[in-house]
Amino acid sequence: MNLRGAIAIFTNELLRFFRTAFGSILSPVLTTSLYLVVFGAAIGSRMDPSQFGGSTYGAFIVPGLIMLTLLSESTSNASFGIYMPRFTGAIYELLSAPVGVFETLVGFVGAAAMKSLIIAGIIMLTAMLFVDYSVAHPFYAAGYIVLVASAFALFGFILGLWADGFEKLQIVPLLILTPLTFLGGTFYSIKMLAEPWRTVAQFNPIFYLISGLRWTFMGGSDVPIGLSLACTVGFVVLCVGVIGFIFRTGWRLRE
Amino acid sequence: MDGPILELRGLSKTYKGGVRALDSVDLDIRRGEIFALLGPNGAGKTTLIGAVCGLVRPTEGTIRAFGEDVKSHWRSVRRRIGLVPQELAFDMFARVDHSVEYSRGMFGYPPNKARLEEVLRSLSLWDKREVKIRELSGGMKRRVMIAKALSHDPELLFLDEPTAGVDVELRRDMWRQIGALRDQGTTIILTTHYIEEAQEMADRVGVINKGKLLLVDDKDAIMAKLGRTEARIILGAPMSELPPALGEFPLSLEDEGRTLRYRGGDGTGKGKREIAEVLRLLVRQDIMFEEVDTRESTLEDIVVDLVDGREGGAA
Repeated sequence: MNLRGAIAIFTNELLRFFRTAFGSILSPVLTTSLYLVVFGAAIGSRMDPSQFGGSTYGAFIVPGLIMLTLLSESTSNASFGIYMPRFTGAIYELLSAPVGVFETLVGFVGAAAMKSLIIAGIIMLTAMLFVDYSVAHPFYAAGYIVLVASAFALFGFILGLWADGFEKLQIVPLLILTPLTFLGGTFYSIKMLAEPWRTVAQFNPIFYLISGLRWTFMGGSDVPIGLSLACTVGFVVLCVGVIGFIFRTGWRLRE
Repeated sequence: MDGPILELRGLSKTYKGGVRALDSVDLDIRRGEIFALLGPNGAGKTTLIGAVCGLVRPTEGTIRAFGEDVKSHWRSVRRRIGLVPQELAFDMFARVDHSVEYSRGMFGYPPNKARLEEVLRSLSLWDKREVKIRELSGGMKRRVMIAKALSHDPELLFLDEPTAGVDVELRRDMWRQIGALRDQGTTIILTTHYIEEAQEMADRVGVINKGKLLLVDDKDAIMAKLGRTEARIILGAPMSELPPALGEFPLSLEDEGRTLRYRGGDGTGKGKREIAEVLRLLVRQDIMFEEVDTRESTLEDIVVDLVDGREGGAA
């Protein structure tokens, strides 16, 4: 294994992130702050805490907002990270180096996940300025956040390999991920939905991720934590399988 | 190790859509040489390099580098190979030193400030090490590409059109640098369609067209085998037929007997000697002439003829 190669890619990707740190961090922090002000403070004060497991509405939406950031940042960082070398032609260096699928994933996916973790951490700190919340299971929360960040960085990596233009790179996060996240219980409990929407919502895979993170924060959620964890791990396995297939066949890389 | 540093056997590549970019290429590259692969656009030069470096999956054939199969020993083989592609391709917003160190790390080598300085100084980039690549001139950017490829001190270096689009001064500077690399023991395979470049630097030349390797030989041997000398002797008075004394030379009469045309030689100077002999015989036989033009065929003439399917050489 070429560990130095993996570290080189990881470091290079983080350097790229820090070159644009101001924009990379400020934008999600500002967006999340606005959500917390509008939904948490302005509207949330009129919501009945009994609908949210006894916590305030502001505290209820914090896990959902973290998930929103994790999904969009992990996906976009990883997709951009691998798409840009393909776009500029610099991918030749990766393909001609003694770097295999493992090192590539550690480098690109690891860095993308790390970037989104940094942003998620800053958002958690920012949320403290607006909302009084606590984390019921800090150890599980940290592990779950890392798992979700990795899962969607893997997904973003596949997206970056699939895309053959900047438009495709944007389409999936904008038209699929963000709507699914909003409809997956970021701002409400599924129990608040009437049928048939409650049943429909259970077909949304993001719902299980948000529910899982909410369990680590609040100690309870719409579905059992085991199911959320199984969904997340299953998604990781699926993404790794797809990436392994791509590297074996050379699809979009060695064509 | 005395064997070839690179061995290609029956190497073929057919792209989707049926384009056969490489067609059963057999080639051995000797350790320490500069090998120039010549051919027109689309001949298969870049595909051949891509197949060796891992950018392209060959359809058939085998590649062995440093005595090892490239497919089964790809990690150890790639650590010893460097590639400078034709296009300028890097993160334009990265600093020069970061970009070069990144390349070294990716090939599995630890950071080495001394090597970094050595490479950057040799390419006159040391003063620009903290500059973002996008702020450099086109020539400097091309040097960064070379610095990245040299960062891990490769034994086998591929240069795909290294001087494409650079001015004459920079091209000559690049030639000096490539010569210096050869002096340090690096084996260099370069593709070019500047035949002057191959003539100036290469030890051996390969000519490829439509995926087929048409010829591989020492540059001097090619010139000797396929080189030609041509002379045009304008006579003082028209001649109806060649004098018997000149019969042994490859001469012909043109322009209604006013011009004596010589086409011969072999690229070793034989042609010039024969022309001098022809002129002496003309003087001896009191045949007056007014003008003599001579021309040696170049490697370019030979390559153009090969690519066009004329095997007899040119002048």
